[in-house]
Amino acid sequence: MRPTLPGRAALGAAGRWVDERLGLREAVVELARHPIPPGSASWFYALGSATLTCFGVLVASGLCLALFYVPSAGDAWNSLEHLTYGVPLGWLLRAVHYWASNFMVAVLTLHALQVFLFGAYKYPRELTWMIGVCLLLATLANAFTGQIMRFDQDAYWGIGIGVAITGRLPEIGQQLVYLLLGGPIVGGRTLSRFFALHVFVVPGLIGGLVLLHLRLVLRLGVSEPPVAGRPVDPDHERARYLERLRREGIPFFPDAAWRDMVFSGLVLLGILGCAALFGPKGPGGAPDPTQIHTVPRPDFYFLPVFALLALLPPWLETPVVLIAPLLGVLALLALPLIAWRGERHPARRPVAVLVVVAGFTVLGILTRVGMTAPWSPHMQAWSADPTPVADVRGRSPLELQGALLVQAKQCRNCHALDGVGGRRGPAFDGVATRLTRDELVRQVLQGGGNMPAYGKQLEPDEVTALVAFLRTLGPPGQSARPPVEARLRAVGD
Amino acid sequence: MSQTPGPDPGAEATNTTRRRFLLALGGGLAGLGALVLLVPLLGPLLSSAWRASVSLRWVSVGPVDSFPKGQTRLASFRNPFTVPWDGQTAEIPCWVRRKDDGSFQIFSVHCSHLGCPVRWFAGSGLFLCPCHGGVYYADGRRAAGPPPRGLYRYAHRVRGGTLQLRGGHVPTLAAPL
Repeated sequence: MRPTLPGRAALGAAGRWVDERLGLREAVVELARHPIPPGSASWFYALGSATLTCFGVLVASGLCLALFYVPSAGDAWNSLEHLTYGVPLGWLLRAVHYWASNFMVAVLTLHALQVFLFGAYKYPRELTWMIGVCLLLATLANAFTGQIMRFDQDAYWGIGIGVAITGRLPEIGQQLVYLLLGGPIVGGRTLSRFFALHVFVVPGLIGGLVLLHLRLVLRLGVSEPPVAGRPVDPDHERARYLERLRREGIPFFPDAAWRDMVFSGLVLLGILGCAALFGPKGPGGAPDPTQIHTVPRPDFYFLPVFALLALLPPWLETPVVLIAPLLGVLALLALPLIAWRGERHPARRPVAVLVVVAGFTVLGILTRVGMTAPWSPHMQAWSADPTPVADVRGRSPLELQGALLVQAKQCRNCHALDGVGGRRGPAFDGVATRLTRDELVRQVLQGGGNMPAYGKQLEPDEVTALVAFLRTLGPPGQSARPPVEARLRAVGD
Repeated sequence: MSQTPGPDPGAEATNTTRRRFLLALGGGLAGLGALVLLVPLLGPLLSSAWRASVSLRWVSVGPVDSFPKGQTRLASFRNPFTVPWDGQTAEIPCWVRRKDDGSFQIFSVHCSHLGCPVRWFAGSGLFLCPCHGGVYYADGRRAAGPPPRGLYRYAHRVRGGTLQLRGGHVPTLAAPL
């Protein structure tokens, strides 16, 4: 027999005293031991609880951050700098909050993906899915407002981007912008507004929705792993499920719960590891709007939107930006109402699998392009990137003058030379083999094809020099493209 | 139940009506109270939207002499609707172009595409946007890229040797300057 510790006995007595009044013990035990289908004790089912773990870390670390953060436009940035550099382990606290948000977005996405591919949103779990969609939106909303809490340059101009998009709404655009900003302009009132959203409104909403989500999971029972050839038949689904639970059900705790705990533990370690290794994000430059030498970029998960806004043709932009998100959300919400019965296994749902593959391919490509942003001019290229020596060796004085103009007229901001420089326009390397002298002159003077006209910026002799230099830029051994007449003559021969 | 002497059915009916009335009264009163409570709760929140028509104000950008002819320079002005806790965000930048004939053009730094700050490049005579590659000519016209229009332009005037502009809100497509 184990020797009983006196402290343990006292603790047990205290526990019994509390529960005699509170009466929760029985309910908690019943909840923990609720039966689940044996197949559902699987690693796939640990994603939801891991998302909740991330949320817990965010709430806890957020509370601690609130003890240091000053939600005032004039002081927010300073208070974060102080927390990062002046408070012991302050940087780690900020890093944990930042990485927990990244993990939450990632794990939540995986969770949604698994539920979608398993067809677990079908009868009777339609409402569970819809609330899950709302949770996904609320999480993204708080990821965006979280970027604003840093209140650095990216945050300041990030709000500007939100404002510019909102301002495109017909009729109510301006009123909505003022409502969002708390005034006619980005400032102190704006940060207070986003602070309240980030710290009270959205987390409160998430908490409430999580309770509903969990209530539904417990009431309807967790879904079984899909089996090909066994479609959901709403008329008999509930009876079949309950009968199976009665015969084969295993208690959630501890048979399945240990996986949730192990996975959540790994997520916690992952958050801590990333936080310790990579540290917090920012804050970047101080939120001084007059410091316009900034290149605003959104956090990772908004890069696809950032890329899309650069690549869409202008006439498609407003409808896509304003209507597409609405349609996407409606489609997600309506999904379980449309496909509420039938096959659940992905092998029998080729369209669903195709949608996922196509969707994530598009997101992946947009993220990748968003990271390199080839449409953005390289603002420092004209002064920071030297002309390659090989491109000036053995050139005539006129051509050298042209090489100088390429730098001085800031052509390199958009055109790369030897792989260095902007990629907004085509690279100069080999331009001589693509365009004749006259075509180059015309392009420089009149622009076109997304290039501005430089007619007013260049004297005629400067154009001559510039084009003379560009004409020397071809691959070694390949001569420059001859004028049209010469080519016609060649064809005639 | 039926054996116990209770109030006669007539009294029961009276009681029900009475209870229903009190319930309706209570519900109505609480509902009305909640509704009226919305005024102080949401009023301040929404006020920023219905004060949307707040007229812009004239503010100083600096002495006329600080803008050489033939140049475009970054200047700033103090937001006329500032609050003390605005910090650095109270100073709003703008591009001031003084033409060779001495006349002015003042542009918002906000790209008309998505509001990023455009930069002036004197060598190429262009404003470039770092976000999505919007390009504008020196006079603010759209030159290339995704912007749907040219740069937003402030109204301006010269008073007593000082350049002033009419500003105070962030320009958008819905409400350009």
